[in-house]
Formats: sequence, C-alpha cells, structure tokens
Amino acid sequence: MKREPGPVKLTRKDFATSQDVRWCPGCGNNAILAQMQKTLPELGIPRENIVIISGIGCSSRFPYYMNTYGIHSIHGRAPTLAMGLKAARPELQVWVVTGDGDGLAIGGNHLTHALRRNIDINILLFNNRIYGLTKGQYSPTSEIGTKTSSSPDGSIENPVNPVGIAIGSEASFIARTVDVFQKHMSMVLKRSADHRGAGLVEIAQNCIIFNDATWGHITAPDNRLDNVLYLEHGQPMRFGKEGEKGICLNGLRPEVVRVADVGAESLLVHDEQASEPTLAYLLSRMGPPDFPLPVGVFRAIDKPVYSQLLTEQVHQAQARTEADLEALFRQGETWIVP
Amino acid sequence: MSPSAREKLEQVTILFSGDSGDGMQLTGSQLTTTSAILGNDVSTLPDYPSEIRAPAGSVAGVSAFQLHFSQQEIHTPGDSPDVLVAMNPAALKTSLPRLLPHGILIIDQDAFTERNLAKAGYENNPLDDPELASRYQLHPVPATTLTLNALDQLDLKRTLKMRCKNFFTLGLVYWLYDRPLEQSQEWIERKFSRMPLVAEANRLALQAGYHYGETSAAFAVQWTVPGACNKAGSWRIINGNEAAALGFVTAAQLADKPLVYSSYPITPATDVLNHLSRWKHMNVRTIQTEDEIAAMGSAIGAAYGGAFSVTGTSGPGICLKSEAIGLAVMLELPLVILNVQRGGPSTGLPTKTEQADLLQAMYGRHGESPLPILAAASPGDCFDTVIEAFRIAVRHCTPVFVLSEGYLANGSEPWRIPALQDLEPIIVRHPVDPDGFQPYARDTTTLARPWVLPGTPGMEHCIGGLEKHPPTGAVSYAPEDHAAMCQLRADKVARVADFIPELQVDGPREATLLVLTWGGTCGAALTAVQHARQQGRSVAHAHLRYLNPFPRNMEELLARHEKVLIPELNAGQLALLVRGRYLVDAISFPKLRGQPFSVREIEARIEELLS
Repeated sequence: MKREPGPVKLTRKDFATSQDVRWCPGCGNNAILAQMQKTLPELGIPRENIVIISGIGCSSRFPYYMNTYGIHSIHGRAPTLAMGLKAARPELQVWVVTGDGDGLAIGGNHLTHALRRNIDINILLFNNRIYGLTKGQYSPTSEIGTKTSSSPDGSIENPVNPVGIAIGSEASFIARTVDVFQKHMSMVLKRSADHRGAGLVEIAQNCIIFNDATWGHITAPDNRLDNVLYLEHGQPMRFGKEGEKGICLNGLRPEVVRVADVGAESLLVHDEQASEPTLAYLLSRMGPPDFPLPVGVFRAIDKPVYSQLLTEQVHQAQARTEADLEALFRQGETWIVP
Repeated sequence: MSPSAREKLEQVTILFSGDSGDGMQLTGSQLTTTSAILGNDVSTLPDYPSEIRAPAGSVAGVSAFQLHFSQQEIHTPGDSPDVLVAMNPAALKTSLPRLLPHGILIIDQDAFTERNLAKAGYENNPLDDPELASRYQLHPVPATTLTLNALDQLDLKRTLKMRCKNFFTLGLVYWLYDRPLEQSQEWIERKFSRMPLVAEANRLALQAGYHYGETSAAFAVQWTVPGACNKAGSWRIINGNEAAALGFVTAAQLADKPLVYSSYPITPATDVLNHLSRWKHMNVRTIQTEDEIAAMGSAIGAAYGGAFSVTGTSGPGICLKSEAIGLAVMLELPLVILNVQRGGPSTGLPTKTEQADLLQAMYGRHGESPLPILAAASPGDCFDTVIEAFRIAVRHCTPVFVLSEGYLANGSEPWRIPALQDLEPIIVRHPVDPDGFQPYARDTTTLARPWVLPGTPGMEHCIGGLEKHPPTGAVSYAPEDHAAMCQLRADKVARVADFIPELQVDGPREATLLVLTWGGTCGAALTAVQHARQQGRSVAHAHLRYLNPFPRNMEELLARHEKVLIPELNAGQLALLVRGRYLVDAISFPKLRGQPFSVREIEARIEELLS
C-alpha cells in the first residue's frame, strides 16, 4: 500500500470521512470544514502526513470529519499535544483547531506559549464569541453587555482580541478571515500552511443557535464592503463599495478618510513583514462602529522555528559526541571491583 | 606526631551540618565517593532547606548531609550518626539531637561568635557548657583560623579562602577514618582547572585538615572501615534522579527510539530534566513547558508521534496533570509519568521526602481510569524501574506511573554499571498494513491496541477523549460500549500481572510476621527484619516494585503469615489497598515527618508485634 513519492494529487473527497457531521445546520463550522477539505488537497502534502489536533467545544469536533490523522484532546490543551508531536516528528504538518473558549479562556496559557515558541503549527481559532457546546454562556471574546444564560444581566467582562493576543505572544503569522468569505478563507488557510512557524488564524464564525449574526455587520452582503478592510501586503488600505474610503494615520491614530479628499498616496500601506508589530497592532484595534474590520494577513515574518532549533541542537550534539551509552553510564568517578 | 592508635570499625554514620553556603553537600559527596572507591558500601541522605540561601547562620539555613559507610552491605543512610560535624551554632542546634550519646562531635569553634550564637537562638555559648563535653566526644577545632593560616601565602581574597574550610574539615575526617586524599585532590584539579589558585587553596585546605588530625593531640584514635569488595564489576555513585534519567535514555536506546522528556521545573524532580537536557547526543529532546499541564499534553503528543515519551514531576505537578493523564488512559498511548514524591499536601515540604502519592497515582483521575504503577526501591533501582516501566508501556500500549521519592532522588549509593549486552532490547511494533485496521483492535494476550504512527499511509484515523465503540474507536455513548471499554481498560492493566515476576519473600515461609514495603522504605525494613531475625524473631520481608497490578501470588503469600505490617511514609495508603483488595487485617505503620524510616523504628514495631 506504500504510495510512490512525488507530488500527491488529492481531491476534496479524499479528506472527507464517513462520520456524520453533527454541527447544527447553518453553523459556520460547516463552511470552515468545506474550505479545509477543499484547500488541503491543493497543498500537495500526503494525507497521512497531516495531523489535526483539537481541544473541546463545538469547533473541536473538527478532526473527526477530516480524513487525516487526528486527536480530539481535552479542553484548551491542543497546542501542548501539538508541541510534543512536533518535537518527535517535525516533518508532519500539524493543525490545531480551537475556539474562543478553548483557546483564549481555559487554554490561553498554551496558546500564548505555542505562539511565543514559534512551533511550526497552524492554529485555527473559530471565534463565535459564545460557548456553544455548553449551550450559550459568554466567552472571553463576548462583548460587554452580552446577555447569555450565565450573564442574564449582560456580561461585565472586557473581551480579549485574538489578534492582539497573538501580537503580544510574538506570533510570526497572524491572520483573520470569516466563515462565509469562502475564497478569502482558502487563501488565508493556504498562506498559513505555507508559513514556517506558529500561525494564528482567527476565523469569525457564526453560531446560529446561541449567538446568531454576531458578525452580521461584516457578513451581510449589502454592507460588507463598507465594514471590511481586506489587507493586502504592499497595498494602500482602501475599502467601501468603490474603494472610495481608506485609512490614514494621524499621529498614532488611524482615521477613516475619503480617498478623493486625501489622495491615494496618503493612505496607510499594509506591510505584513514589518520588523516591529506596531502596524499589526494598530490594525488589531480597528473594528466597528468607527472602523472597518481588517481581514487577511496581519503579519507574516521569518523567525527561527522551535522544532527546527530543537532538532538542530540534537544534531549538533550528535556531531560533537558519539552516542555511547556505556560512556554515559561511566560519567563521574568509577571504580572496578575485581 | 601523636601516637594515634588504629582501631577497626564495621560501619560509620557521619552527619555534616552547616550553613547552606558552607558546602556541606559537596563535603559529604566527596567522602561518599572516596569511601565507595575504597570498597565500602555507602548510602547517603542529603537534607537541605528549600530556600536557596536562607539568612547566613540561621537555623532555617542549615544544610545537612548524612553518610553511612560500611564494610558490610547496607541499605539505609544510617539511623543516628556516630559523628557530627557542625560548622556553626545553628547547625549544632539543629543536628545535635540526632547524634548518638558519646558520639564524636567536631565543631568549627571560630564560627561560634556572639552574632552567630544569637542567630541560632543560643543565650550562652554551648561550647562553654561542660555538659556538652561530658555527653559527647567534643572536638572544638579552629577550622576557619587554621584554613586561613594554611592559605596565608596565597594571593586570594579572604572570603574565597574562608570558603575552603569545608575541605579543611573533609581533610580532618579523611584522617580520622583513614581515607586517602587522592580522589578529592583529583576532583579539585578537574573542578577548578580554570582557576588554579582556587584549586591550590582547596588542595592546601584539604591537606591542612588531614595534617591537623595527624598532629593534634585531640584525636587519640584513627579508625578504619575496611572495604567490602564483595561485588565484582564496574561501579560508580549514583543518585535516584540521575539513575532515572539514565534509565529513560537506556530504554529509548534499547528500542532505537528518540526520547522526548517534557517537564516543568519542580523540586525534587528538576534534576532529571537538567541531566537529560545535557544528553542530546543520545537523541534526547527535552521540552521545558509553560506548566505541568503542558508537559503532560506534550508527552501525549510525542508518544502519539512514536517517541519514547516521559513527563517527570513531583506530587503537586501530578495534580495538574491529572486530566491529561486521563486522556492518555483513554487514548491508550505508551508513555511514562515519573512522580518524585515530596511531602504534601499543596506546596508542603518541597525538599523533604514522603510516599503519600500512591492513591493519587492509583485513583487520582475522574472515571474508572486504571494504569500500571511501579515504584523504585533505592537510588540505583530508579534505573531498572523506569526501563521496566517502558517495557510495560510499550507491551500493553498504556501510560505507566513510576513513583520515586525525594529520599531516593537525592540519596545516593554505589551502582554497578550495567553491561550493554545484559540489557534486553525493547521490541516496538508499529502496524503499517491498512487492511482491516481498527484503532482499538486488541492484541489477544496483552490487550494492547495498535500503536499506529501518523505518516502511515492508508491508516488515517482520529482518536480522542470521548468514549468509544470497541474495537473501531468510533465515538459511542452506548451503555454496552462504555461498559465494555471500562472492562477492557481494566483487564488490560490487570493482564500486566501475567508478565511481571511473582513477589519474593526474604525470610522463612511460615514466619509469623510479614513486613510488606514499597518504595524507599525497602532498605530500612530489610535491615530491620534481618536484625530481628538475628534476635530470633519469626519475621520475613517482601518488597513490592509493582503496585498496580499487584503480583499474581500476593493473595496466597499474604495468607501464609499470621500478621502483616506495612510501614510507609503516608497515613496508610498501601495498607488500605491491601486490606480492601485481599481482606487481610494488615497493620498500618504510618510515618509523616518528612524523613525516611530509621531501622530502629521498624525494629521496635516488629518487636512490639512479636513479643
């Protein structure tokens, strides 16, 4: 059954499993699954070399529906399993699927450290700003005032911003996309897969049951172009139906301007490779009602990769010292009793 | 030169006690190595505070090292010391109660300043109290002054010279017990090869101490403890943490696998991580994780990828790992969890020993979550125990617990260096044939599931923490599937008993009393039982390496003896398991003082039960 080496030609079907998909009809996760099944065959990586690891929550059922290797682990810990796996098998392509509760509440520590270490993994964070599997409690990304079963009088907690957390964690790849932006998502997934190092992709996702239309202002087709800023490396930041609006910097503050008023050359130009994450941070703070929500690649920089450094240290040690178990036993003082 | 008499002794227990900065651990380990090379059997008990440098001269900052060296085979670091070397008033105050009556008491009298006396809480200088000299063989030595005098010609700072006084003391003890200086001289050469002046200072201090013993009239007798020399082979000194680290590397090498060690620094397990991080040339990868949970998660990930995977910690760390250990049980992946136990609960006694995590290993997860448990009996035994743990992990495709203890981790003993050809390879199988593959199919003898590695074409599958349908592994909450899977997981661990040796009893088959031990209590119990038998008592000893499952002859063996005594450093955890499992009226002998059992304590309990 061994396949011949060389480019692998796979199709969407190769990545589908016989398992019944048990997400609610209309759940944004279905769209994300469809894009992953469409995008993975385009990477040319043999199916058996892909591992998807998840935590707990609606999003974390993901690996059951992908015909790759997978682990449905425990709440918040998927990045830790990914780290151990990459230490043992750096050649595998590892995806972590998590959600706003799994990745930012119970697993916030691991998410931060996986990004900081720049482990070569792709973290997909499905952000529906609600706990779905436990039937609708507020999450770390729920907005203040969100009324849920555990916050009947409205949430009093300040939400976190996944992109901001990724920047603070020194992530080398940070992107955002939206469950219904099918082509955009496919592009972002491919960019993440091609990136060497830790990547965080926030996917704005709709929970049709407990938090419907939480991203409505950007997904509604009629005003989408007014509320979304598509980031493109090296391009001026423009949005609006005709691209008539843009982002300028006034001191340290971004401003929405009419391009006709200021001229295209005055607009901020996106640089995903900037040495400092200052621009990415400015962008991460933008969103409704005063700004469009930026989507696309915020940041993609080259940094030493954890699993590679780990392997290199082993190889260097092996080049320096022979792997002699008996010599290891004999460290320190030894003596012989005849 | 004073005409000293020479007298033979069979064994000596010496306690070095001083300030954390006085180098007592080093002094003790030097005497240990020298005595072992001389052919003595040795056993050590380092005892130090968890503070790195508590205020100098304070009682809280006292660091001690006890060494037992003997002509005969020994199994404990000795009960009460015959000799106490006290480097300051705080050390005297802390350690004197342990010294045997009329024991030798060597004191650095220069350290008995008003300030140090006040810090130790002495109102009067105890050296002025005639009681002290009448109760002990008191030898006040101006160790600091003599060290400084010996180093008079060296162009070194006074503070650096002062630091050499531990080698002066060591030199004096070397003379007192007729030990050669060579080993320590060579050690000094190596250690300070880049600081020749410091090397010279320590060498001179060592010599000065030795000559002081020789020339001072104070020491009338020089003692000798002849070597035992009854075990052929190559030897070295080893402590439990290094032995465990070596065992992990060896297990991985025996299977031709990389070793991945994921750990978060925690006393007293940290040294295992430190050792392994230096052995990358043996294909070792260490991961210092952000927390204990991550270390366990990482261990699961590495095992899933096919490495020999270990996480090491101490009790509080196991609390944090518990959820992920449950996942490892559910995923049925081979890996090893090392718990170097310390006093608890909570932060408890970080540097003191205890055996109170047995029930945590056994039951410390939610749901029915069985896994095999092994415990090491001595520092050197940590090596064999972790290798055995990997054999079981791989054979039965299961996480395995190894329990060590602070006492074993930091204590040391001579270790016979194994010959590679005597170590049996560990056979690992990773199925690659997708035909009929089911992730939770079972081996008919071991009940292991197949350890299939990602990267194997055609065998893509998802495993997870949800309950499963046997043998497909598909998620199932069906009542019959949960019942069947619980039974399978339990049976799989129970079957380990078919592959492990029967429990051996040391002593007469029909002995009235059986002393049953696990972990580091082995040595004291073994010695106590031998003594009691020499006194004509009808007593035997059995030691458990395997705590889950128990050896298959346990029931029959327990039934042979009228009484069963279980000494353990907890409130009776093994006793609870034995009583519950075998309906035997075992007598629990608990101890919770942060210190190991002394031989005398167990002997006294045996005496009570049999007289």
